[in-house]
Amino acid sequence: MNFPGSGIVKGLAVTARNFLGSYFEKDRLTTEQYPEERPTLPENSRSFPFLIYDGTDPDAGMRCVACKICEKECPPQCIFIIQDRDEAGKALKRPKVFDIDISVCMSCQICVEVCPFDSIRMDQEYEMSSFDRFDALLIKKPQLLKSNAYYQKIHPTEAAETDARLEADRKKKEAAAAAKAAAAKKAADEKAAKPATPEAAA
Amino acid sequence: MITLLERAPIEIKTWFLNLLGSFGVPEWILAVLSAGIIIGTIIGVFLGLFALMSVMERKILARAQNRYGPNRVGPFGLFQPVADGIKMITKEDLVPRTADKIVHFLAPVTMMIPALMVLAILPYGRDMVPAELDSGILYFFAVGAGTEVAVFMAGWSSNNKYSVLGAMRAIAQMISYELPLVISAIVTAMIAGSLSPSAIVAAQGGFALGFVPQWFALTPWGFAAGLIFYIGALAESNRSPFDLPEGESELVAGHLTEYSGFKYATFFMAEYVGMFAVCGLFVTLFLGGWQAPLPFLEIIPSWCWFIGKICFVAFTMVWVRATLPRLRIDHMLGFAWKFLLPMSFAAFLSAACWHYAGRGPLAWLLSLAIVGIPYLILGTSFTKRFAVSRRTYRFSE
Repeated sequence: MNFPGSGIVKGLAVTARNFLGSYFEKDRLTTEQYPEERPTLPENSRSFPFLIYDGTDPDAGMRCVACKICEKECPPQCIFIIQDRDEAGKALKRPKVFDIDISVCMSCQICVEVCPFDSIRMDQEYEMSSFDRFDALLIKKPQLLKSNAYYQKIHPTEAAETDARLEADRKKKEAAAAAKAAAAKKAADEKAAKPATPEAAA
Repeated sequence: MITLLERAPIEIKTWFLNLLGSFGVPEWILAVLSAGIIIGTIIGVFLGLFALMSVMERKILARAQNRYGPNRVGPFGLFQPVADGIKMITKEDLVPRTADKIVHFLAPVTMMIPALMVLAILPYGRDMVPAELDSGILYFFAVGAGTEVAVFMAGWSSNNKYSVLGAMRAIAQMISYELPLVISAIVTAMIAGSLSPSAIVAAQGGFALGFVPQWFALTPWGFAAGLIFYIGALAESNRSPFDLPEGESELVAGHLTEYSGFKYATFFMAEYVGMFAVCGLFVTLFLGGWQAPLPFLEIIPSWCWFIGKICFVAFTMVWVRATLPRLRIDHMLGFAWKFLLPMSFAAFLSAACWHYAGRGPLAWLLSLAIVGIPYLILGTSFTKRFAVSRRTYRFSE
């Protein structure tokens, strides 16, 4: 049988242990002191989409070709794209305007799923609050463009997979191009080797 | 040097008054000033303690739950009371349309006055009693009972069902716990042979065997009475686990529901100052007042010891708050009437036996038995009543 009141003493001991322990054992304090301490986000966390460019020049390395698939697929319709044109009015394979309204975006990642050029991906940036409801929440192309190196940093696994696939595609394309070139060359050679045949046949 | 520090507050006051006297300030102004200085110092110290307590309580509670607590305003969050104060003052002062406006306004004032008045009889240090009353303990309880009126004024004038319910609970609780509180306080007066707080402190002076302090809390009857007094003090100052009058889970905020802004702050302040006062009385009656716990520690001035002990008791109150959940109203009243009251009678009897058995080792054993046996009997029956049996389900399982 317990001594009457022993439960209270036990409880007091528990709180005293927590009280003193919190000064000596740092693991007990699970609170992150936010502005000073940043959380390490899990790799799969996502906030809003951004655009990837290869290399160092955002304009030259931009993967986006302004195909507007993401714009059409976006459920809340927060993406706005205008295709770029040269002086002659011929459509170019890059966007002139690419805006994402993050006050509308619901972080569904559907744009990422549908992008055939691995150009749009989800960011991990979360400090996007501002005093302006309109312009500050409409993210424009220069802010959206981020390097592939940044993407590799925030989503290493996904980025490695994408890069490997792009590399394989590039090799396949090169091989195809080489084969095509070889075939063309072969054809040309054959043409050169038997120039008179058709005429002879004729 | 030691005596200088010991008497520093008194000496500074006399020096200042003499200085004014030498400029030809009339006698009666000096008398008023002398009282004013004492009152100002005490109110200043206790409001300072209240400010410190309001932030330290949150920090201690947080640490007991492995959190940091407030640490944003100033170094270690110590300026939190300033921010809270500014918030409280700038808030809108709402008065319900159907409220009794005058009583609604008077309630916080009536709450604050007794809380400050009871501070007058506490001996803060050697020869430092603002009002040397022969019946100081009686005065303390008589004036302290005024807070009950204030709580009921607040509840009734708000014209709100939660306020009235909270106030009625507060009255029920305060009246129930006043009995064990007063009886356990009387025990010390009985042994010291006086109702004067300074005489009770003096009776606890000296050291047995040269190092054991002769505080009343270190005798069996004193320990029991002290514990009862402590529990009663928790209930009297509406602190957890007896904070039913403002139990937010069922009564919004009890009698404080319709108060906001500075009136709410006044209630809050009065509650904390009252808590410090009752802590001070606890220290005076059971923990030797301003006496140092060990002979060589007497180099620290007596008034430091008194404030230190008050802070310690306040800390234990926060500790209890961090530990125990709120009681149910019938359990709480049952505990007061069925357990604390008989136990305080036992402590009363035990103290009497201790005195008449010669205050020696035999008296020690006798008083231990008189307090211990009822505790075991009452305690086991009480815990048995609330013992949790295995729940059986009729339909599931």
